[in-house]
Amino acid sequence: MSRIANAFANGKAFIGYVTGGDPSIAMSEEYILALIDAGANLIEIGIPFSDPIAEGPVIQESSLRALHADTTTENIFSLVSSLRLKTSVPLVLLTYLNPVLHYGYEPFFSRCAQTGVDGIIIPDLPFDEKDEVNDVAASYGVDLISMIAPTSAQRIAQIASGATGFIYLVSSMGVTGVRSQINTDIDAIVKVIRSVTTTPIAVGFGIHTPDQAREMALKADGVIVGSGIVKRIAANPQGACRELTDYVKSLKDAIHV
Amino acid sequence: MKKGRFGIFGGQYIPETLMNELLDLEVAYNAFMKDKGFISELNTLLNEYAGRPSLLYYAKKMTQELGGAKVYLKREDLNHTGSHKINNVLGQALLAKKRGKTRVIAETGAGQHGVAAATAAALLDLECEVFMGREDTERQALNVYRMELLGAKVHTVTSGTQTLKDAVNETMREWVSRVDDTHYILGSVMGPHPFPTMVRDFQSVISLEARSQILEREGKLPAAVLACVGGGSNAMGMFYHFIDDPQVRLIGCEAAGRGISTGEHAATISAGEIGVFHGMKSFFCQNDQGQISPVYSISAGLDYPGIGPEHAYLHSIGRGEYQPVTDEEAVDAFEYLSRTEGIICAIESAHAVAYARKVVPTLSSDDCVIICLSGRGDKDVAAIARYRGRNIDE
Repeated sequence: MSRIANAFANGKAFIGYVTGGDPSIAMSEEYILALIDAGANLIEIGIPFSDPIAEGPVIQESSLRALHADTTTENIFSLVSSLRLKTSVPLVLLTYLNPVLHYGYEPFFSRCAQTGVDGIIIPDLPFDEKDEVNDVAASYGVDLISMIAPTSAQRIAQIASGATGFIYLVSSMGVTGVRSQINTDIDAIVKVIRSVTTTPIAVGFGIHTPDQAREMALKADGVIVGSGIVKRIAANPQGACRELTDYVKSLKDAIHV
Repeated sequence: MKKGRFGIFGGQYIPETLMNELLDLEVAYNAFMKDKGFISELNTLLNEYAGRPSLLYYAKKMTQELGGAKVYLKREDLNHTGSHKINNVLGQALLAKKRGKTRVIAETGAGQHGVAAATAAALLDLECEVFMGREDTERQALNVYRMELLGAKVHTVTSGTQTLKDAVNETMREWVSRVDDTHYILGSVMGPHPFPTMVRDFQSVISLEARSQILEREGKLPAAVLACVGGGSNAMGMFYHFIDDPQVRLIGCEAAGRGISTGEHAATISAGEIGVFHGMKSFFCQNDQGQISPVYSISAGLDYPGIGPEHAYLHSIGRGEYQPVTDEEAVDAFEYLSRTEGIICAIESAHAVAYARKVVPTLSSDDCVIICLSGRGDKDVAAIARYRGRNIDE
């Protein structure tokens, strides 16, 4: 069983996001280990990009802080290498296509395999353009995570049927960031996905409270929290471990259904 | 060629949330372009509202002074709202209206596209919101007020570098948030498919007219056509109906700002590399990590780190020539055209005039060239005065 499949094998999965290099690579490592200690089943690590068009202000600002700290793609690979000595929790990169293209597809995915990256999420690479990296990612055993949105409609079955790793179900319209309410009919989308694949489904975008996490966990296989974590790091860049631990524990308890 | 591709360039690199909207837009666009009623309605707007066809003016004094090919100016500056932007905006706003959209959003740099979008929205009863970088709202305060007069809401963009690139980011984020009733009127031949094709088609009226106008006047095709290039919409419009005539050189003039070697420029083809950004594969100014670089030009309309994918393709096959022009050369040309022909053109268009001053003397007097004057220069007068050390209140 792959590390990603394993993350979904024992109850609902909690997925936490951290922008690599915000405020520094060393602190990112510390925070990721804190999330894992608090029960996170999978970690998304952002490779910062100058113009993250799918992100709301919290992750935009986090990306800029990481870039101002001179974070490079290579630094993120070093972070993964270092984490791999300490944990077997799956690590999935999140970035935009340009930094990957610029690194070179072949070298990038080769480095993923070498350091222990399990998957990659690229918000500006929709199903229709996935040939760009699909074969090379697969040849190195890296899952290219498929995204499905509230507007995907007749595309849902097409996208889901070939999905590997897990499916990232975008909870609502717009960019990442906290929302007070999620109005999308998640059940209806999940039903279509389930009719074509057994690949696990994680819901993200806007989830930040234990109540929301519980509600989404009842509908899917896992929940993704990004801005809620990044905000806590931004508020106390050098000392957020304790707060992150408490926060993730509260979310993890809520989805333990 | 694959759908939505120009060679390897173009494509649809955009979040999944927008994919169905783009697919619908493409289907609707293809259907309406075959609809005689739609075409006739658009042509009426272009002719009776925007003032088309635009003049092809023989610049006699410039020709005599430069001593080479005859110089013609395609006067897009005389269109309603003062630039070529209205050609695309009327097309897209009418299409949005036919598709049942009630709201349009747009990015703007200098404000020309924002003003054009606000104008079309006022005319066609659409709600309009324009996103503009904070730096640009400050240097183009008059255009902010114009848009407001026209009934548009202007959002000041404070993220990133607070210029055109960030205005595009914010407009895309807004579109992802509200796509049902909203159409994004992209202002140039860029972004995900179908925008580069659609905007080029709407702008191709420039070369459609220019080709028949020059054949009527000179009885032959020009040796070259020149246009400034940021995203590249007036240039694609000027080039399009000459692409299949290999004897016509297609010359795009990029903003070299303070000079390519200073790093303070927006010369995408001269100094950029292949990348993927804003929905398309093309050339972008970027650093060694694939981060999009901050760019600079005296011209807010050319101050963009990318270029439309069809230009990238024309460059890659050697059909288009892309030449860097500095701020200093553009300002000289701005003043030169004012003095010589009595025409104050946009600082963007002055980049094309500047390169024409170099190339025209190398051509035979039997030849002719056409320069696209994409816009008028009223908006730039105060900035040029400042560049020359005089402070004028706008």
